[in-house]
Amino acid sequence: MATAQVDTHPEKTMEEVWEVARGFGLDPFPTHFEVVPATMVYEFGAYGIPGRFSHWTHGKAYYQMKTMYDYGLSKIYELVINANPSQAFLLDTNDALENKMVMAHVLGHTDFFKNNLHFAPTNRRMPESVSVNADRIARYEFEHGTLAVERFLDAALSLKEHIALHPDNELPATSPSIRPDAEESAPSPYLDVLRMGELAVEDEEPERAAKVPAVPEHDILAFLIAHTRDLEDWQRDILAVVREEMLYFLPQMRTKIINEGWASLWHYRIMEALDLPAAEYAAFSRMHAGVVSPGARMRLNPYYLGFKVLEDIERRWDNPTAEEREKLGRQPGGGRAKLFDVRETESDQSLLRKYLTEQLVRDLDLYTYQLVDDEWQVAETDWRVVRDSLVAGMDNFGLPVIVVEDGDYRHNRELYLAHRYEGVELDVRYAEKTLQYLFQIWNRSVHLETVIEDRKVRFSFDGRRNSKTVI
Amino acid sequence: MSTGMSISESDWSLHRKGPKDQARHQEKVREAIKGQLGEIIANESIITSDGSKIVKVPVRSLEEYTFRYDPFKKSGVGQGPGGSQPGDVIGQAPGQQPGKGRQAGNQPGIDYYETEFTIDELAEMIFADLSLPNLKEKGQQQVIAEKVRFNDVRPVGILPNLDKKRSLLQAMKRQAMSRSRAAPVEVGDDAEEVEVEPGLRIRKDDLRYRTWNVTHEMQHNAVVIAMRDVSGSMGEFEKYITRAFYFWMVRFLRTKYSSVRIVFITHHTEAREVDEETFFSLGESGGTRVSSAYQLCAEIMEQRYPADRWNIYPFHFSDGDNWGDDDNARCVTLVRHIIERCNLFGYGEIKEEVYSRWSTSSLMSALSEINEPEFVGITIKSKEDVYPALRKFFAAPTLPV
Repeated sequence: MATAQVDTHPEKTMEEVWEVARGFGLDPFPTHFEVVPATMVYEFGAYGIPGRFSHWTHGKAYYQMKTMYDYGLSKIYELVINANPSQAFLLDTNDALENKMVMAHVLGHTDFFKNNLHFAPTNRRMPESVSVNADRIARYEFEHGTLAVERFLDAALSLKEHIALHPDNELPATSPSIRPDAEESAPSPYLDVLRMGELAVEDEEPERAAKVPAVPEHDILAFLIAHTRDLEDWQRDILAVVREEMLYFLPQMRTKIINEGWASLWHYRIMEALDLPAAEYAAFSRMHAGVVSPGARMRLNPYYLGFKVLEDIERRWDNPTAEEREKLGRQPGGGRAKLFDVRETESDQSLLRKYLTEQLVRDLDLYTYQLVDDEWQVAETDWRVVRDSLVAGMDNFGLPVIVVEDGDYRHNRELYLAHRYEGVELDVRYAEKTLQYLFQIWNRSVHLETVIEDRKVRFSFDGRRNSKTVI
Repeated sequence: MSTGMSISESDWSLHRKGPKDQARHQEKVREAIKGQLGEIIANESIITSDGSKIVKVPVRSLEEYTFRYDPFKKSGVGQGPGGSQPGDVIGQAPGQQPGKGRQAGNQPGIDYYETEFTIDELAEMIFADLSLPNLKEKGQQQVIAEKVRFNDVRPVGILPNLDKKRSLLQAMKRQAMSRSRAAPVEVGDDAEEVEVEPGLRIRKDDLRYRTWNVTHEMQHNAVVIAMRDVSGSMGEFEKYITRAFYFWMVRFLRTKYSSVRIVFITHHTEAREVDEETFFSLGESGGTRVSSAYQLCAEIMEQRYPADRWNIYPFHFSDGDNWGDDDNARCVTLVRHIIERCNLFGYGEIKEEVYSRWSTSSLMSALSEINEPEFVGITIKSKEDVYPALRKFFAAPTLPV
């Protein structure tokens, strides 16, 4: 590395980077950097956001990340948190050049946080919220015992991905007929959830036959918060905390490729514009190549893929083909403007669906793979198959879609979930364990309908035993 | 500042949670391993090893269960170096063992936690709360075990044992006592004093070393008589269980009771005393007359280990398929004779479930008429029962004297 010394004047670096970024049209949140030792960066990485509640899964993630770092297998230069103002963390061992690149990269992220529409509903004061949540959970530990809280968190976290953002905090599809009361105060993050509870009570009195949920509910956590009867307040609150925090992380899960691609594109452009001395430029090029490097044979590198797709978009809109000019009226030189449009509207799924071209699939040598006997093999290289497989794999963040079908199954308040089977089977052992967790919350028999070996089956857990029935 | 950026460096250490949650995670790993000791103990590769082996223990309960796709049935998208073709092999799937579930691997989506242990570490966990039950003070010829304890400090010793804290304290004390912080001495390679901090100089005779004392631990005379059925009716499973039990038992005794004596007896229709190696090597064939082993056991006790001087623990493992009711009756008489003189008599009958309902006249049903607390009988049906058997024999509550 050209400058192997720890950065002593980060303020100066910062001003330079900010000016160049603004000049390119980036519009980031105000961004505050904290210089911290490696252990803290890994801790924040493990928790997702500093100050989040205690749980052994976070400890496990921390241990894994730290071990990777200790063995020199991976290094995080920075960590950035979606908030206004945004918070970013720099390793205290970074040298001036590393900090320059990291700051440029971070501004790409904070620009994306501020301007991408998928981030619009996120709580920009989340760092405060998680601390308040953590304090409450710590109090529950004190009141109800650490083990009781841990066990309940284990259960809640097993379902954490099964949430959905209901537009404008309106009621979820469960209760289409109920409108928010006029005199309701400012919308709270739980509004949708709380209303579901009201609905359940109202519904049950007049007509007992009404099905709950009326239509299948994707947001399993919200359904549990609203309809589980035997929960204590603290348990309901823990479900709400898990859901609230996951809702905050949801857009990040949806925009990993485009967000990292965007940040990588701009750190590259900003660093080029900074007129680095030759030695520093060479060092930067090595770092950049490290970050934006092709994926492994069975895993894509989101930095690389995002970077390549965005670069390709800019190129194609800067130099439209004759056909594009004629048919689409595309004018040359529109690359930059197009890029900013894309950053405003797209998620990973829509980005790849619209902009992963035949040329890109071939140039990047992308393929689908599958297990044949005991070997993982390349299955398809056809660009449409690759694109569609990639896009489809992002449904529900690559997790199976599971909905609540019935909260009063067999008229016995048993819970009936259904897996929307689309050709890939569930991991049965995992599903059975997760049903046990679900039982811990629902407190009555729980069922999951899915397809195994082309037959419809129902997995159940009744509090004592897991069972499987072919339907 | 004109920019929208700011920077600071503050101390976050007060807000740390990682180490605490990591400790909880590790605690759960240990719990999980303890929960799996039954399986680990019955692991073939451990028992057939020479004992110095490192065992990999897959810990499953630390997985974070969710509804997820079967990682082996899912397809994915990957990236090659260029020109990849359908059919190119890009990775090996971990082999599957029938009935054992998927084994650990490094494929995507498989969250395995594998920990490495030496057999001694495992043994320590397994034996943590086991002991020879009902051990009594017997005999004058008490066996002495040597134990080394680091519990002393001296001014001479070897450098690796230097006690830095005490050495510094000594230097401070000496300076305080002399009250003369007079002229600093030249500090050099062979200087008598070395200045470790302004005002604090350390001398060679300030140095203190930790050192050890040898302590002698009294142990009571104890002998374990291990009897093993090697008759033809003992199938692979029965042999395996017997070996597994005795493997861990011998380890346990040698770890915790260095002075305990072990007598090895094998029998079919006739019993003989053998050495350890012969005892563990695979069996012979022929009929079964268990009374021959009990007879030999009783004789050995009488001749070499009189009950007034020895704690005696006979164990016997068999499939219970004895010569006939006559011999079963003889066994009962002999066991009654032996338990009057021993601390505990352990009998393990190995029955794979399928056979158990057919056998009517097993040795166990004959012995079950013995109600004395010194007799402990256990039926073992699967590999996982070895650990409970060890616990039942060696964690038995102290018997009323």
